[in-house]
Amino acid sequence: MSLVARHLEAAGLPTVIIGSARDVVEHCGVPRFVFTDFPLGNPCGHPWRRDMQCTVVAQALDLLEKATGPRTTETAPFAWKDDPGWRERYGRVEPAERERLLATGRARRERQAKAAELRKE
Amino acid sequence: MIKSKSRKRLIVPYMERTRHYYRALGYTNDYVWAHHDDVPFARPGKPLASMRLGLVTTASPPGLTNQDARGVRHVWSGDVDPPPADLFTDNLAWDKESTHTKDRGSYLPVEVAAELAAEGRFAGLARRFHGVPTEYSQRKTLEEDAPEVLARLREDGADGAILCAL
Repeated sequence: MSLVARHLEAAGLPTVIIGSARDVVEHCGVPRFVFTDFPLGNPCGHPWRRDMQCTVVAQALDLLEKATGPRTTETAPFAWKDDPGWRERYGRVEPAERERLLATGRARRERQAKAAELRKE
Repeated sequence: MIKSKSRKRLIVPYMERTRHYYRALGYTNDYVWAHHDDVPFARPGKPLASMRLGLVTTASPPGLTNQDARGVRHVWSGDVDPPPADLFTDNLAWDKESTHTKDRGSYLPVEVAAELAAEGRFAGLARRFHGVPTEYSQRKTLEEDAPEVLARLREDGADGAILCAL
């Protein structure tokens, strides 16, 4: 999405990204970014919280209007739910899971190789 | 240099997590995340209250109908009125252990954006929202998908865009 924002912006169309993967977005470099410090999946607010989602989108609109230069990040004024373990959970690799993950990776590579063959046909 | 109006909190290192995860899957070459020193910046050409805005999502249509017979996913579009009930998100790397995507408004906020437009905050939503595939290939995003999103936003008369990344 960051690459799309950059393309639109280079063509003269102002953009604002709303997202939760701050390191990825800022590493790429985008014009305007509203960071919601939530698990990936609900960048615009907690599920079923229209009030929060409205505040986040309003913040994005403000940023779209008022940012004076690129790489402007603002953080939404909300935290995730009462779930202190969420930051450690995503993509963790448990030692006991190593064999299963390797098998998953092998199956995935086989699927990808078959898909690549299909594309050549 | 990152300009931020808010205190920087401890952020989740997704790039590092992803590297470790794919190494655990047996991949030997780390993914190289896009990185740019220069960032383009377009100033709005008119007041926000006069701007028509497009919404862009990384979600897919129900049934993955944007995927062709070869398995290649393409940019797709949907109407904002009526908005879609649900979109397909299972193929995206969101945190499936910590949350869910049953509320489409939590990742594609059509209704709240329309409310803000009705209040006069901006002129209105473009007729369609647009879906962009998340791709391993940055070349495909840069050469095919991003130009297609731009073309569709221009067709819709959008003056700017809100991009919501799951």
